[in-house]
Amino acid sequence: MIQEAVKSSSNSFIMLRAMVGIGVLCGFLIVVAYEGTLPRVQRLKAEALEAAIFNVIPGTTQTKTFNWDGESFTPAKAGDSPLVYAGFSDSGELAGVAIEASGQGYADIIRILYGYDPERQQIIGFYVLESKETPGLGDKIEKDQHFLDNFTAMDVSLTDAGEIANAIIPVKSGAKQHAWEVDGITGATISSRAIGNILAESTAEWIPRIFNHKSAFKQGNQ
Amino acid sequence: MNQESLSQIFINACLVNNFVLAYFLGICPFLGVSGKLGTATKMGGAVMFVMLISSICAYGIHALLVAVDAEFLQLISYIVVIASTVQLVEMFIKKMSPALFKALGIFLPLITTNCAILGLALFQTNKGYDFIQSIVYALGAGAGFTLALVLIAGFREQLEYAEVPKVIRGTILTLVIAGIMSLTFMGFSGLGTQ
Amino acid sequence: MSSGTNHTEAKSTDEFIKGLWKENPVFVQVLGMCPVLAVSNTAENALAMGLATAFVLLMSNTLVSLLRNFIPKEVRIASFILIIATFVTITDYAIQAISVDLHKSLGAFISLIVVNCLILSRAEAFASKNTLGKSILDALGMGLGFLFALFCLGAVREILGNGTFFGLALFPDTFQEWIVMILPAGGFFTLALWLLIFNLIKQRKEATA
Repeated sequence: MIQEAVKSSSNSFIMLRAMVGIGVLCGFLIVVAYEGTLPRVQRLKAEALEAAIFNVIPGTTQTKTFNWDGESFTPAKAGDSPLVYAGFSDSGELAGVAIEASGQGYADIIRILYGYDPERQQIIGFYVLESKETPGLGDKIEKDQHFLDNFTAMDVSLTDAGEIANAIIPVKSGAKQHAWEVDGITGATISSRAIGNILAESTAEWIPRIFNHKSAFKQGNQ
Repeated sequence: MNQESLSQIFINACLVNNFVLAYFLGICPFLGVSGKLGTATKMGGAVMFVMLISSICAYGIHALLVAVDAEFLQLISYIVVIASTVQLVEMFIKKMSPALFKALGIFLPLITTNCAILGLALFQTNKGYDFIQSIVYALGAGAGFTLALVLIAGFREQLEYAEVPKVIRGTILTLVIAGIMSLTFMGFSGLGTQ
Repeated sequence: MSSGTNHTEAKSTDEFIKGLWKENPVFVQVLGMCPVLAVSNTAENALAMGLATAFVLLMSNTLVSLLRNFIPKEVRIASFILIIATFVTITDYAIQAISVDLHKSLGAFISLIVVNCLILSRAEAFASKNTLGKSILDALGMGLGFLFALFCLGAVREILGNGTFFGLALFPDTFQEWIVMILPAGGFFTLALWLLIFNLIKQRKEATA
C-alpha cells in the first residue's frame, strides 16, 4: 500500500519533470529562433511594403507612415491604426499618399493599396496586396495591363462641399467613358467590379480627409 | 480590424471557401469516416461543436498573448489549449450527458488532431475577427464541413453497389468525387459580392 | 563484429529506403493530405512545403529519440506535440526570414504542419522506440518520400495548369492552360491519378509474383 503510494508519487514526479523539462527546452528554442530571425523578418516586411508603395506612387524615393487619429494625421508610432503611407520625391516634395483598402472579392477578401496625388486630385497607382481570386480568371486584376491602366490617372476631384464629385463606378469592359470609371475585364467581371466597389468605398472615406489635411504630410517630412 | 458582415462570414466559411473542398482542411476524417451517412452526420456535429469551443478559446488566448507581447507562442499555445479543452469537454459531457457522450464519444479524441480545428483558429486570428465574428466563422466552417462530409457519404453509400474497377475503389474514388464536388462548390463563388 | 555491423547497416538502409517507396507516406500510407493538396499548385511551393515538413520531421524525430527514456508513457503524446509545435514555429520564422513572398504563398499551411499526422505517427511509431541513428534515417527517408510525392503533384499541376515549370514557360503561347489543375479540384484529381499509378504498379507486381 505504502509502496504503491510512493511509486505513484514518484511517477507523477517523473511526469512533471518531463513536461516541465520539455516545456522549458521548447520555450528556449522558440525564443532563440524568434529573436534570431526578428531583425531580418522586419527588414524584409518593411522592404516589401516599401516596394508596394513605390509601385503605387510613381516617382517616390522615400516613405513615411502616418496615423489618422480621427482629427488629423500624425507621424505613426508602433501599434497605431489606421495608417496611410506618404511618398516623397527626391527633392522632398509630396508625391502622393498610399492607402490600404479591402473588401469582398469573388473568392475571398481582396486587399489592395492605391496611390492618391492630392495636387492632381487623381488616383495614380494601384497594387493588389493579397487576393485568392481564381487563377487565370479573377487574378487578371493583378496582371491585366488594360485594367491597371484604369488607375494611372483616375479622377477623384472634390466638389466645393468637400465630397468626391464623381464616385468611382465599375463599368462593363470597353464601356469606360469618364476618368472616374473602372473598365472591367472580360472573364473577371465580378473581381474587377469588386475592385471598383472597394475603391469607391475607400475613396469616399479617405480622399476628402487627405485632401483637407494635405499640409500635414508636408510638415511631417521636415 | 475586419468589417465583414456576419452573413458574409458565414457564407464564405460554409460555401465559398469550404474548409474541406477549398482549403483541404480535415481531409483525414473526410476520407476516413465518410463511408456511412449516419457516422458522417455525427462526426460533423462533433466537429462543429469542437470548432465553436476552440474558436472561443483561440480568441481568448490571442487577446492574452497580445497583451503580454508574446505572439511567438501562438501556435504552441493554440495546439496545447485546444487539445486539453477537447479533453475537458469530453470528460464534462461524459459526466453531464452520457447519451450525448455515446453519440459523440468516439469522435472527440479523433478531432483533436483534425487540422480543420487548428486551421480555424489560425485563420480567424489572421483575419482579425472580433468575438462575435469568430463565433459565426466557427459555425460557418463547421456547417460547411458537415455539409461536405454528409454529401460525400451519400455518394459513397450509393457507389457501394456500383460496379467500379477494383483498382480505384476506396481512396481514389473518394478523391475523384471530392474533386468534382470542389468544382461544383466553385459555383457558390461570388455569393458575397454585391 | 563485422557481421553484426553489416547486418545493422543493411537494416539502416532499409529504414531509409522504405520511406521513399514501399511505405511512401503520401502514395502508400495516405498521410498528411492537407498540405499535399493545398500547396502543391506550383512546383516551387511544393518543394518549399516538402522541405519544411522534412525538416520538422527530422528535428522532432531526433529530439524524441534522444528523450525517449526521459518521457513517461502517460504524457508522451503531449510531449511529442509540444516538440513538434516548437520546430514548426521555428520553421515558420525561418521561412519568413528567407522570403516574405514564399511565406505569403504558403500561408497558414506552415503552421498546420503541426497537425500533419505523418510527423506525429513517426514520433509515436518509430522515434520513441528506436535509437538516434535509426530515427534520423527514418526521418530522412520519410521526409524525402513526402517531398518526392509533393513534388510529383506540384510539377504536374504547374505544368498543366500554368504551362510553366519553376516559373519557366514550357510551351509556346498557343498552349491553353488547364486552369482546373491549379484550382482545389485539380489537387484532388492529380492525387487520385498518382495513387492510381501506384496501385497499378503494385497490382502488376503482385500479379507477376
